[in-house]
Amino acid sequence: MDKKQLNIKGKVFKFADSVDTDQIIPARFLDTSDPEQLASHCMSGVDEDFSSKVKPGDIIVAGKNFGCGSSREHAPLSIKGCGIAAVVAESFARIFFRNAINIGLPIIECTDFKANTGEEISIDLEKGHIENLTTGDAATFSKFPEFLSKIIASGGLMEKAKKGVAGE
Amino acid sequence: MEQNITEKIISAHAGKDVRAGDVVFVDVDWALVQDGTGPLTMDVINEMDKGVDMPSKKCIFLDHASPSSKFELSDSHNKLRENADKYGMDLNEVGYGICHQVMAEEKVSPGQLVVGADSHTCTAGAFGAFASGFGSTDIAVAMATGQIWIKVPSAIKVELTGKFTGTASAKDFILYLIGKLSAMGATYKTLEFTGEGVRNLSMESRLTICNMVIEAGAKNGIMEADDKTAEYIKHERPQQKKDYKIYKSDAGAEYEKELTINLSEITPQAALPHSVDNVKPVSEIDKKIDIDQAFIGTCTGGRMEDLRAAAEVVKGRKIKKGVRLIVTPASARIYKRAMKEGLLEIFMSAGAVIGTPGCGPCVGIQGGILGTGEKCVSTANRNFKGRMGCSDSYIYLASPATVAASALEGNITAAGEEK
Repeated sequence: MDKKQLNIKGKVFKFADSVDTDQIIPARFLDTSDPEQLASHCMSGVDEDFSSKVKPGDIIVAGKNFGCGSSREHAPLSIKGCGIAAVVAESFARIFFRNAINIGLPIIECTDFKANTGEEISIDLEKGHIENLTTGDAATFSKFPEFLSKIIASGGLMEKAKKGVAGE
Repeated sequence: MEQNITEKIISAHAGKDVRAGDVVFVDVDWALVQDGTGPLTMDVINEMDKGVDMPSKKCIFLDHASPSSKFELSDSHNKLRENADKYGMDLNEVGYGICHQVMAEEKVSPGQLVVGADSHTCTAGAFGAFASGFGSTDIAVAMATGQIWIKVPSAIKVELTGKFTGTASAKDFILYLIGKLSAMGATYKTLEFTGEGVRNLSMESRLTICNMVIEAGAKNGIMEADDKTAEYIKHERPQQKKDYKIYKSDAGAEYEKELTINLSEITPQAALPHSVDNVKPVSEIDKKIDIDQAFIGTCTGGRMEDLRAAAEVVKGRKIKKGVRLIVTPASARIYKRAMKEGLLEIFMSAGAVIGTPGCGPCVGIQGGILGTGEKCVSTANRNFKGRMGCSDSYIYLASPATVAASALEGNITAAGEEK
């Protein structure tokens, strides 16, 4: 992850609890692995117009259990393909969490942060600080454990594995 | 050090003793992809350019679009066939069966470690194996290097007593449990099923139960192997030697939480739209909910005992006019057995359509896609909004017996309650 991505500022798209992977990218669109094509159907199970409204740099804020369901990596890929800068959620489903780390989509788990669609927020990944610039609400979040930070620093799991899978 | 069964299997594959919370690299015995997640896995394998480790134990299944419903998916299949050929991987063709069922019939043994780019890979926990779902990149790395990283999960112990009564079955139990735990009640954790109730369950029931632990967010579900496991393996794979290792949890192993459920108290359950934890006893559901489609199949409802239970309900009867009943055996092996036993004859005489072995309409790709406003009662494992087709459609999950009775009645009805 390069320096400029450590500070993220963007407009919020708010989603509720338990947004599942069938809503993020329905299985009928899994006939491609191209992030741009996947992006054109991103979130179509919840909001069919999402891909036309979203702009690069925007941020998804969601409730609990974001990304539950299928193991499809196309889900975080479609979000990344839209140019979404980060996903903030109260909690993530386990496979989605790994997939996001593996493909380099910044995700932040934060239980006590509030933001609504259209508000602007800023995230400092290094300090673990998140702030709603519209309402003034702010919160902190834990940084990734060292093991995951190493995967992120390598540029994703594939890049790390190229150097040797356990390669410390 | 006292360990539970999951900690023991992970320890054996990590080459060191582990406890819940440790992050370790483990050797995998099997890795699988299907036709939805596989193409992306192949891209990563090819880009890594390290080849594939033990390719005969890296399995590719063409099961989600079986057979393909559009040319883009046919192209995906060809891409998977080419890569299987290039690396010598184990290719399972269209119509051969759902990955989790074929893994059970032909491959997984107790004590093994199974990973797959399909969230329901946890099915294989029914063998007393560690099995869990991951994304395409994780599995690509596992296929190329033979290893994957795992955070050792903490465990919830579910002690089962008694046995099913009436028409209640594995699906009713697991829906009941998910309703109790919630869709995130076991996130990152193991659900370990123990007790004489497990011993009373058939292997097919165990597979259905372990399959659906992911619907409570779990990393894996697991049941200690026993005589029934050995018999199942002997029946399905007469050539296989009994040289596998059976792991058991130590008496003093630690659990984050323990619950006890008496299987004899389980009644027919259904999960209402649009989440698997939205569970109610069928007896409490409004009978005015007319259904358009009834679907019997998938990796949690397309096995022999499922087809037998459903056939018993529809035998000699006709499904309600205006309702479509689709029956899709989970594998070619099951299809043939059901044919031999006369079950397919029973279904077709009742007015059902028989689908090609595979995932069928469960993922909304082919074989019975729902239209606008339609309602379906299904033996599948997920009822997410839009999963079976139109985002304005409604999926109710229930047991094979309940789905069969509902097809006769035209609304959601437990077996034995139909007119």
